[in-house]
Amino acid sequence: MPFKPVILWTDALVYLLVAVVLVLVWHIRRNEYLLVPWRRVGHSASGMAALVVLIFFVAVGLLDTVHMRPIVEHDNGGARETAYSVDVLSVLDIIATPLRTRVEKTYSAPFAAHLYAREMVELPDGGQTREFPRLKYGGAHLQDPETQLVPDVASRAAAGAGAGMLVWSLLVTLLAARLARQRNETFMSALAAIWRRTTPTPWYAVCITLALMLLLSGAALALCGNYHIFGTDKVGQDVFYLSLKSIRTGLVIGTLTTLMMLPFALLLGITAGYFRGWVDDVIQYLYTTLSSIPSVLLIAAAVLMMQVYIETRPELFDTVAARADLRLLFLCVILGVTSWTGLCRLLRGETLKLREMEYIQAAHAFGVSHWRIISRHILPNVMHIVLISTVMDFSGLVLAEAVLSYVGVGVDPSMISFGTMINAARMEMAREPMVWWALLAAFSFMFALVLSANMFADAVQNAFDPRARTLPTRIRAFPRKRKQEPAADIAAAAGPNDSFSR
Amino acid sequence: MSAVLRIQNLETVLHTETTAVRAVDGLTLEIGKGETFALLGESGSGKSMTALSVMRLLPDSGEIVRGSVRLGEKDLLLLPEAAMRNIRGRRISMIFQEPMLSLNPVMTVAAQIGEVLRRHFDLHGVTEQKRTLEILNQVGIPDAPRRMHEYPFQFSGGMKQRMMIAMALAGEPELLIADEPTTALDVTIQAQVLDLMRSLQQRNGMAILLITHDLGVAAETAHRVGIMYAGEIVETAPREAFFRGPAHPYSRKLLASLPGRDRRRQGLRLAAINGNVPPLSQEFAGCRFADRCDHAWELCHEAAPGWAIVAGEHHVRCHLFNRDTPSWIDRGVAPSQPAENILDKTDALHESAAGAMVRNAAATDDACLLSVSDLKVHFPIRKGLMKSVVGHVRAVDGVSLQICRGKTLALVGESGCGKTTVGKGILQLIPTTSGSVRYNGLELVGMKRDRLRRLRADFQLIFQDPYSSLNPRMRVVDIIEEGINSLHVEDANGEDNDGRQRGASQLKRRQRKELQGKRIDALLESVGLPRETKWRYPHEFSGGQRQRIAIARALAVNPKLIVCDEPTSALDVSVQAQILNLLKELQTNLGLAYLFITHNISVVEYLADEVAVMYLGRIVERGTVDEVLTSPRHPYTQALLSAVPVIELESKRPVIHLRGDLPSPANPPAGCHFHPRCPHAMPICREVYPATSTFSPTHTTRCYLYPQEEDSQQA
Repeated sequence: MPFKPVILWTDALVYLLVAVVLVLVWHIRRNEYLLVPWRRVGHSASGMAALVVLIFFVAVGLLDTVHMRPIVEHDNGGARETAYSVDVLSVLDIIATPLRTRVEKTYSAPFAAHLYAREMVELPDGGQTREFPRLKYGGAHLQDPETQLVPDVASRAAAGAGAGMLVWSLLVTLLAARLARQRNETFMSALAAIWRRTTPTPWYAVCITLALMLLLSGAALALCGNYHIFGTDKVGQDVFYLSLKSIRTGLVIGTLTTLMMLPFALLLGITAGYFRGWVDDVIQYLYTTLSSIPSVLLIAAAVLMMQVYIETRPELFDTVAARADLRLLFLCVILGVTSWTGLCRLLRGETLKLREMEYIQAAHAFGVSHWRIISRHILPNVMHIVLISTVMDFSGLVLAEAVLSYVGVGVDPSMISFGTMINAARMEMAREPMVWWALLAAFSFMFALVLSANMFADAVQNAFDPRARTLPTRIRAFPRKRKQEPAADIAAAAGPNDSFSR
Repeated sequence: MSAVLRIQNLETVLHTETTAVRAVDGLTLEIGKGETFALLGESGSGKSMTALSVMRLLPDSGEIVRGSVRLGEKDLLLLPEAAMRNIRGRRISMIFQEPMLSLNPVMTVAAQIGEVLRRHFDLHGVTEQKRTLEILNQVGIPDAPRRMHEYPFQFSGGMKQRMMIAMALAGEPELLIADEPTTALDVTIQAQVLDLMRSLQQRNGMAILLITHDLGVAAETAHRVGIMYAGEIVETAPREAFFRGPAHPYSRKLLASLPGRDRRRQGLRLAAINGNVPPLSQEFAGCRFADRCDHAWELCHEAAPGWAIVAGEHHVRCHLFNRDTPSWIDRGVAPSQPAENILDKTDALHESAAGAMVRNAAATDDACLLSVSDLKVHFPIRKGLMKSVVGHVRAVDGVSLQICRGKTLALVGESGCGKTTVGKGILQLIPTTSGSVRYNGLELVGMKRDRLRRLRADFQLIFQDPYSSLNPRMRVVDIIEEGINSLHVEDANGEDNDGRQRGASQLKRRQRKELQGKRIDALLESVGLPRETKWRYPHEFSGGQRQRIAIARALAVNPKLIVCDEPTSALDVSVQAQILNLLKELQTNLGLAYLFITHNISVVEYLADEVAVMYLGRIVERGTVDEVLTSPRHPYTQALLSAVPVIELESKRPVIHLRGDLPSPANPPAGCHFHPRCPHAMPICREVYPATSTFSPTHTTRCYLYPQEEDSQQA
């Protein structure tokens, strides 16, 4: 085997998470009532557009999760010996090998052909001069960067964007064909329906977002082979590569922390609200105490303790990556243990309300046990709060990682994350001329991730909030259209309900 | 008589996510000066939307599509919003249903009334205070100068509704819109509030648009009545004409669905209207009531009926009264027989299904099923840092009662008197303080949780609100199965736990599942629901259907006693009739005993065998239905019965007005609890709680007006 698969701790948890999500999707698809609110999410234009962006991020994150150690062959006194490299690489690393390996000397600006710092260069005639030397890789194919750079970038970007559009039109064709088969129409009428926004799912918005994303990524892919599109950092690493690598760290922190905190919040919150009395008192004291300590201090203390533990036991880790990964996992655990109080309080309040509901009393009258009441009656009825607040927390946690890394108690310095990127760029903001691209890249990636996560969370929240159901948003947005095509609209609206009333 | 309010062809649409709901569809009405117009209808018929359209206070999704609303000469729908603000609270005022929710809890009463005065009359300082005081005196707030500076929570429900009326009156409006003003209040308080509204109208000569679903309230207060159905008025008439002979088939059914003693004597089932109010999102081709009407013929489904004159001011929107159509129905006669027949046929079906479920327990056994003696439930009041107990709320303070197999005991009383707590105390859902509850000779108080669990199948509970008594996340089948699974009803040895069940063989499980499925089908059919409904979720059902599901859930474990906690008070009259019919039918078929907790006297008259009247945690009078309701002995019972609004105005007893409100059960008055409100209070009433007075073996009361018995003296 040319490589040895490595499953780091967080990898295992991510796989577990993916499996759980798949099982949930399967379960939801089988139950009509669970499907209804998700269908409503599917009908929200902003939510679906955000989902498309999120899928891009998640795909990058998942690629970055499959880790392995490539084989290294070397001569050991005549006997060829195979060993596995100490570098743990992910699939993303392997795909992006050119980005990873083409390291410049130091800073270079986006799309630059020259280094950002002057160096002594020996002239062919033997003299010396201080100038900006050419980059080893960025724009190396150009004879005369002064004149060729702009046309070359433009043509490559156009070619990449063109390829992206090609992929896009392929996808749209597939979508329209599938819609046509589902609705028993011709291909053209399905396409027209997408275009006229009469499909119940806003495919129009999805297609536009997809087009934008494919255009951008097509151009970026075409360019990044020959240029450092986001420049390079202090040690000459490609910032585009760093940004891509940061996505996984952000996603892992966002999701795993939530998973760590859920058991605490659910168990403590519901038991406090359900049992009342001394159980409630103890849990309330616990979380008020916990939330009265400034969380950054608490996290810093825990991280420092853990750091000492890791550094005094180097024998536990066979690779640097394993060490960094464990540190990331611990960070997630610590963040989780300190951040469950908010959700816990919400759940306690909701449970206090629910336990007085008459169906709970009816269950008591049937002699149903406490745990069964909690699992069958209360838990399903608070799940909407859990769902909404976890999705909302996700973006907060991605930001928290950046803050903690900035403070110096975040992830391992060898691990690439938005936090470490920002932290590294911080110093260079003061220098003249300013190095702005590392910060900008980190911010724009984070912005896209957090914004799309928030927009998706918003759509989820609206779909699960029973009060928001009668808002006439769609009617107000397109009043004329609805009047012209009443039949089509009624059919579309009746669609989800039909399967209901069988 | 010049019209104060003239609504013409009003059409209000509510936009929902998918469709437009025509909540009010072509409504026309007129209210003259000093007149009370009652808009009657079931929930969802568009009454409140009419009121909100007049005030132009529709929710965001609402829109007035066409029509005109004229107040005097002004068309309100053409006014700009700023001008409308000068009308609201000044020329039109509104009283809402829930006084607890319509007063701002952080403003004193005087400040809230003063707000109106400042806005509309530019009164400030001393003049404002003086006027506020005047208004409060008008609505009969005792000790007004002191109480006007108190906050709403310091007032009782009836007082709060008076405050609302005071606020509404502050603008000296020409038109008062009262949207179910007494629905949230007890009958004795309702009588006070209705009386107040009547006297204020006589003094100020304002017009009142009274929106209500209570036929009794309309019969007592209105001058003219309009019946609303599915967004339109189907009948308008002067009060006397309407209640003497309602014309529209819907109105007739509505009146016939009221429970009462006469219907019980005649052994009549209540006339329930089949089906539900049609969804207003559709286009109606014919008469809106046609699908539920017993007299409908082809024309009814094809053409919408226009207005027909029955007599004088009495108009109806029905083809039966058109001159061109043959009038084969007797006008003004009690509900027709064919309707009853149709109902009976469908019931026969139910009965055959339910009959199969009659258990071996002989329903005729006359022994006492449940006997409660001296039951007390006290809730501790805790205060301070250490939460030390500073007192007790004596919610139930020594209640004794017996229920026999197959009989119904009605527990009657105002809200806050502890009737619900009695029910829950009997079922051991809340810990009792003292006393005993013997079920079939077994003492339930202090029984171990495990043993009690096995007995739980025998006594079940039906709740007031069918919306909160069913878990929205569970399918009907899961809801009904829950009790069966939890109590292992069909297992002979009902001790195995979940662990053992899982260990049972796959085959046996499948068989059990099949049996259970059949059982659930039978249950659903016995409560009159098709068996396909079991795969659906509670939110897909109407209130009445949900209450049927709740009844099926209780029946699933073969109970012998059901505690019904106001099972019909959240439902419309026609639906209430369906549920009462069902309960009665189940009692005859299955030999169930009911403890029927209610404040609705007419339901008691129809359903109960015995009545116990409760006041402030104690039973003040008990006896058979006839004894208590025809010759009430206790002054409280007399006052309660006199306050119930009735439709036959001739049979109305003079209302005995009770002063004030129910005292707090945390600090009940010394002696007889009722003496502060009693018109016959004597000095002894203030000192010692009266002993039992017996009139017949079944009829007893506790009052000093009657000869006392020595034995049952009580602290």
